Amino acid sequence: MTPAERTEQTQWLLAVRDRRDREAFGRLFDFFAPRLKAMLLRGGLRDGSAEDVVQDVMLSVWNKAAQFDPHRAEASAWIYRIARNRQIDLYRRKPLPEPELVQEPESSEPDAPQILAMEQEAAQLREALQKLRPEQIEALRHAYMEELPHSEISRITGLPLGTIKSRIRLGLDRLRRDLTDLRPQ
Amino acid sequence: MSKITHHIPEEMLRAYAAGTLPQPFAVVIAAHVSLCDACRAAVEAESVLGGALLSELSPATVSEGARDRLFAALDSAPPAPPQQRGSGIFPAPVMEALSGQPPRWKMLGGGIRQQILSADGEGSLRLLYIPRGRAVPEHSHGGLELTLVLQGSFSDCEGQFGVGDVEVAHDDVDHQPMAGDAEPCICLAATDAPLRFRAMIPRLLQPLFRI
Ligand SMILES: [Zn+2]
Ligand SMILES: [Zn+2]
Repeated sequence: MTPAERTEQTQWLLAVRDRRDREAFGRLFDFFAPRLKAMLLRGGLRDGSAEDVVQDVMLSVWNKAAQFDPHRAEASAWIYRIARNRQIDLYRRKPLPEPELVQEPESSEPDAPQILAMEQEAAQLREALQKLRPEQIEALRHAYMEELPHSEISRITGLPLGTIKSRIRLGLDRLRRDLTDLRPQ
Repeated sequence: MSKITHHIPEEMLRAYAAGTLPQPFAVVIAAHVSLCDACRAAVEAESVLGGALLSELSPATVSEGARDRLFAALDSAPPAPPQQRGSGIFPAPVMEALSGQPPRWKMLGGGIRQQILSADGEGSLRLLYIPRGRAVPEHSHGGLELTLVLQGSFSDCEGQFGVGDVEVAHDDVDHQPMAGDAEPCICLAATDAPLRFRAMIPRLLQPLFRI
């Protein structure tokens, strides 16, 4: 993905939020639906259920678009969180309690430099991600799209849990160090 | 808003976002994040990484017609149920646990009141009301206890805790929280095991009070 494409996704989501733009929503669907399905399949859902949950998540994207704030999240992060909470709730007895929404003043104008800075930070995180070893990225995928309440991750992968945990820590540590290198404090 | 100095440990925030924490702890963390910009930013930063990992996944094949079915559903989709709002000192996740009602306090003795919000195999969640200057009986924990201050303040051997602060007390902590003098202290407390009191409430009575 190029930076221009990422900005495009945020533009599409804003078009859905502000104008209920169906063409933009279709573009979001074409990019995210196949990846959301891949994530849900990794999480252990069967083909049919994974597709049902994708539909559900994309409907939430449509219905909750008013809550999207480009100052705080990219489209991919915001959509990931909706999908992740949905995925988690399938395995929890009670739905995951969510923090209260931030109340934005009605009249707040978009702050372009803030949005740009946030996108740059995210781009740096992605660059740091590219530098990880494949098994570290795989461990992160386990943590962020597969490890679910009561799931038996070590049985599925054949790796002892301690190994996975330390890989995640190593991966995040490396991410953090790379990010700090890139970002002057 | 007073300045928050006691936050949720990073590992615990990550476990919350991963959905692996027992419900009582998850409610306390959601309530703290509602009050704390720093922890909210940490949780949202996790999503940026999640979004990056999602974007890089090799796409799966979505069945033909899924797109059309979704578009057909857009107009008939029922509106999202209204989100629970916070009320007074109680942020939205606490109001949710209260089912939107004000607390119904039960007297515990010594002016201390509580309302149990949930108690089951996952642990317990309750609201505590401690009159100004009063102390909760000294106790230790069979497990972990998270206490979030919603009004006033308390202090114990671990430090002073004001509105928004969270005390993370492990099973080796033996403490006696005392409310500040300015106003009664109201807090939200979650445990994954029954508390063990040293005095005042004999252990035999604990099942009765469910604390
Ligand atoms: Zn915090
Ligand atoms: Zn305690």
